[in-house]
Amino acid sequence: MSLHNRVKNRLSIVTGSQKRDTRGRIRELLWTDFVQSMPFWLPPTAMLVIFVYGSVLWNMIISLTDFQGISRPEYRVSNFDLDMYVQMLSDPSFHSAARNTVVFMIAFTAICLVIGLLLALLLDRQVKFGSVFRTIYLLPFSLSYVVTGVLWLWMFNFEVGVINTLLRIIGLGVFAQHWLSNPNLKLLSVILALVWQYSGYAMVIYLATLRTIPRAHYEAAKVDGASLYTMYRKVIIPQLSSAVVSISVVLMLFTLKAFSWLYVVFGRNPGPAADILGTMMYREAFAATNWAYGAAIGTVLFGITITMLAPYLYWQYKRGEL
Amino acid sequence: MNIITEIKRMANARIDGSAECLRGIRSSRVILHLITIGVLAGFLLPLHSGVMTSIKTPSEFAETLPMVPPNIGSITIEPWTVAFETLSTSMINSLMFTIPAMVGSAVLGSIAAYGLTMVDWRGQVGIMSLFVAAIFVPKQALLVPISRFWSIVDLQGILANLGPLNLWALPFLQPYHATIFELAVYHTVFGISICTLLFRGYYLTIDQSLIEAAKLDGASFFATYWHIIRPLSYPMFAVVCIFQFTQIWNEFLFGLVLSSGTQAAPATVTLNDLNSGYAQLYNRQAAGAFIVAIPTLLVYLMFGDKFAKAQEY
Repeated sequence: MSLHNRVKNRLSIVTGSQKRDTRGRIRELLWTDFVQSMPFWLPPTAMLVIFVYGSVLWNMIISLTDFQGISRPEYRVSNFDLDMYVQMLSDPSFHSAARNTVVFMIAFTAICLVIGLLLALLLDRQVKFGSVFRTIYLLPFSLSYVVTGVLWLWMFNFEVGVINTLLRIIGLGVFAQHWLSNPNLKLLSVILALVWQYSGYAMVIYLATLRTIPRAHYEAAKVDGASLYTMYRKVIIPQLSSAVVSISVVLMLFTLKAFSWLYVVFGRNPGPAADILGTMMYREAFAATNWAYGAAIGTVLFGITITMLAPYLYWQYKRGEL
Repeated sequence: MNIITEIKRMANARIDGSAECLRGIRSSRVILHLITIGVLAGFLLPLHSGVMTSIKTPSEFAETLPMVPPNIGSITIEPWTVAFETLSTSMINSLMFTIPAMVGSAVLGSIAAYGLTMVDWRGQVGIMSLFVAAIFVPKQALLVPISRFWSIVDLQGILANLGPLNLWALPFLQPYHATIFELAVYHTVFGISICTLLFRGYYLTIDQSLIEAAKLDGASFFATYWHIIRPLSYPMFAVVCIFQFTQIWNEFLFGLVLSSGTQAAPATVTLNDLNSGYAQLYNRQAAGAFIVAIPTLLVYLMFGDKFAKAQEY
């Protein structure tokens, strides 16, 4: 109960003879914060529940049918089964997509965490033009995947692309690669391009956390004669752990959505070496009209998201940050 | 000019890093500067070579190094004009749903955050979790129902038969605007969750005694919002709108599913078509990419600090 209510109750005890009757009670109930706040949070919540969670539920139901777009899906309980999920278990393209999703998720997040940290520490040491540098490092993050996809198609081009050209200039032409068609390099190329786009995000979160480290910590360490290395290892980096958790969760969940970049660069089918669940879902549903199968993959993606998000939300709740 | 002064302003404004705190500890400034410049060059390389390619002729970009500027005599803006012609109508489409969805999601986010922050009741955290989870729900988990829904509901037909009124007979309205309306609705609803989170982070920092004082003076819940919270929220509205503008403008998947191949296609979808259409015309593709990026780049360069702030919540 808020302070406001407590004060009001006390006031009504002192002054409120007119509030004693039933009508007054009702009026008082209508005055509670809960009821009064309803018009504010209820409509947006209802929209969210209907559009987002309603669609998720509908999607789950479709995944239980065997809808392939010819007639309407049959919404009869007797018709529901887990065939689509069984099919996944024996589908090699689901296996490769799931494996790529996990590899992509871990490698991409780890590299972003490291590069973002280096960028943040570099910027944190810098007095002049720090803001300009921050703007530039975060700039790729403000671009659409379609835009970065087009730019990186050019970077990775075999004959005249930037990366191969640079390698040839410095005499390492033998290392020039078919970055986007060699199955061994595809996923690596995807990760490289998206790290370029996303490490700025990690940097901003690190920077915000760095700013919260009290000055006294630095002073104390300096008085103790700490070297720069010790300063980083013992004073600065340990305090970034909460930032690491937040960045990891956001970036890992992002990789489940990295569909657009892959679609722009590879089209509908990135091939088994770079296919992820997001691209596979779109292909199954919208190209192959295996709607129910696509819905099942979508449900799996939702399941992964919630499984990863729930502990994080609980952790935030415990820290009083939710 | 505005951007340049803004960059200058940002350059002059010192960010209060640990640099001062670490001063006096031995380290090589030269190495630090070299690393910084190297990293910066690496970051700008894709953008730089994209710009350079976009002003070269096809024969020149095939023969010259991608990051080297073209010969002064052979600079061409033809890729930009051709790409702009292809993209202009879809840029307007994008604006037509981006702006309403930006405003709508910001307003709904603000009121939801107010309702969920300023009141103490038990369900609050549960509802907030719904909002946070909605930010991360993959669109792939919704696409099948969305396309099912719009294959059952013919919005264009419904709006043509609103009683005696045919909406499409009105000036400036075209039947394909129905799809744009759908996009605006989806972007609004999907933006609510992140907007609520951003506003909530901000409202939690507002001094509660201000609210209590208003309530003791007899201000209703609504009056408190209107007279106290709303005016205090304007800086946050700027942050949220900037963030939402870039998010919605850049979005690709909803556009692909709802409007691909129609007149309503947003800029990102048309850029992708340009991409698959002219396989070898990299100059045109790069020019198109920058044209699509210009609105977000402008917003980002003008309000970069606010954009960064939005990420911190």
